Amino acid sequence: MAQPDRPLSPHLGIYRWQISNGLSIIHRLTGMLLSLGALLLTAWLVAAASGSAAYDGLTAWLQSPPGFLLLLGWSFAFFYHLCNGIRHLFWDAGHGFEIRRSNMTGMLVVATACVLTLLFWITALAGGS
Amino acid sequence: MAEFRLPANSRVQPGREYKAPAGATRVRTFRIYRYDPTTGENPRIDSYELDLDRCGPMVLDALIKVKNEIDPTLTFRRSCREGICGSCAMNIDGVNTLACTQATGDIRGDVRIYPLPHMPVVKDLIPDLTNFYAQYASIKPWLQTRSPAPPDSERLQSKAEQEKINSPSACILCACCSTACPSYWWNSDRYLGPAVLLAAYRWLVDSRDEATGERLDELEDPFRLYRCHTIMNCTYTCPKGLNPARAIAEIKKMIAARQL
Repeated sequence: MAQPDRPLSPHLGIYRWQISNGLSIIHRLTGMLLSLGALLLTAWLVAAASGSAAYDGLTAWLQSPPGFLLLLGWSFAFFYHLCNGIRHLFWDAGHGFEIRRSNMTGMLVVATACVLTLLFWITALAGGS
Repeated sequence: MAEFRLPANSRVQPGREYKAPAGATRVRTFRIYRYDPTTGENPRIDSYELDLDRCGPMVLDALIKVKNEIDPTLTFRRSCREGICGSCAMNIDGVNTLACTQATGDIRGDVRIYPLPHMPVVKDLIPDLTNFYAQYASIKPWLQTRSPAPPDSERLQSKAEQEKINSPSACILCACCSTACPSYWWNSDRYLGPAVLLAAYRWLVDSRDEATGERLDELEDPFRLYRCHTIMNCTYTCPKGLNPARAIAEIKKMIAARQL
């Protein structure tokens, strides 16, 4: 009965984005972004070990608009992944599976991640100057 | 492995357009996935303009109207027309649901209808559910006992014990949840999917079943159970309002608890 030539029905391209799958894919993307951020952290440490010229160069680049955008994205990824990770812990304990509750906690995670990112940068910029 | 693009033979082409009859008062366009295995052509999207003032309220009514009055080759499964058989499960307006319980009036704009996602298509809106049913059989969805039945009565349950299996027993195996699950899309060869895991849960919490340990042994597998990443598409899409995601979490908890 095998029919290998049967077409595969459309999936990712036609399924509606909802809070469920939307926040899940953001969780994955922020996870990947965090891994890339770890490379940046390594580069920063290597630069610091290589001497002041390399360190100053990297720091200057990080303070330029593209560098700052990268740091901003990395910090948001960190806070989103952290908050949604806590949401996952509650799920693992068997809580928050009602659709309304899951929508509510999802929005809470996004809002909290935004607020924490903002607070982080306010603190960092105020302390750094 | 996750394959995000459709294979070459599955990419959807533009199809035919059927205009509304003259004098139609309330026109809605239904964009329906069509695939004819006899032609060797790729699937296509045909659009049908229907007069909603001359059509029943549900999406299934529209499909039946198309088949009866416009294009008798349109192929889909349907039976009970009241949400209990699960035959007319399909992707409507981007989410999986039953055509018979989905009101056309609740959908904005064109009504886009596809077969259940990421499944081999037999014809038009009919997916091949062979693998899905085989996975269902693999969890042994029947009562397993070792102790002899009471000689003069059934194996009785208390009201509280019955209530534990009430909700998972209401599953109609329409496959909406499993085919809404991205994990199932990428790993349906090894991951059992939400519908089958909900059924497994139904037997795990049955007070009369005596194979709980063996059932958990079978499920304790990186793919069969643990490909669930709590995306929650299953619970969002279930046309019966059941909660497969919670059932899967409960199975994971049962496995964790017995290792303590």
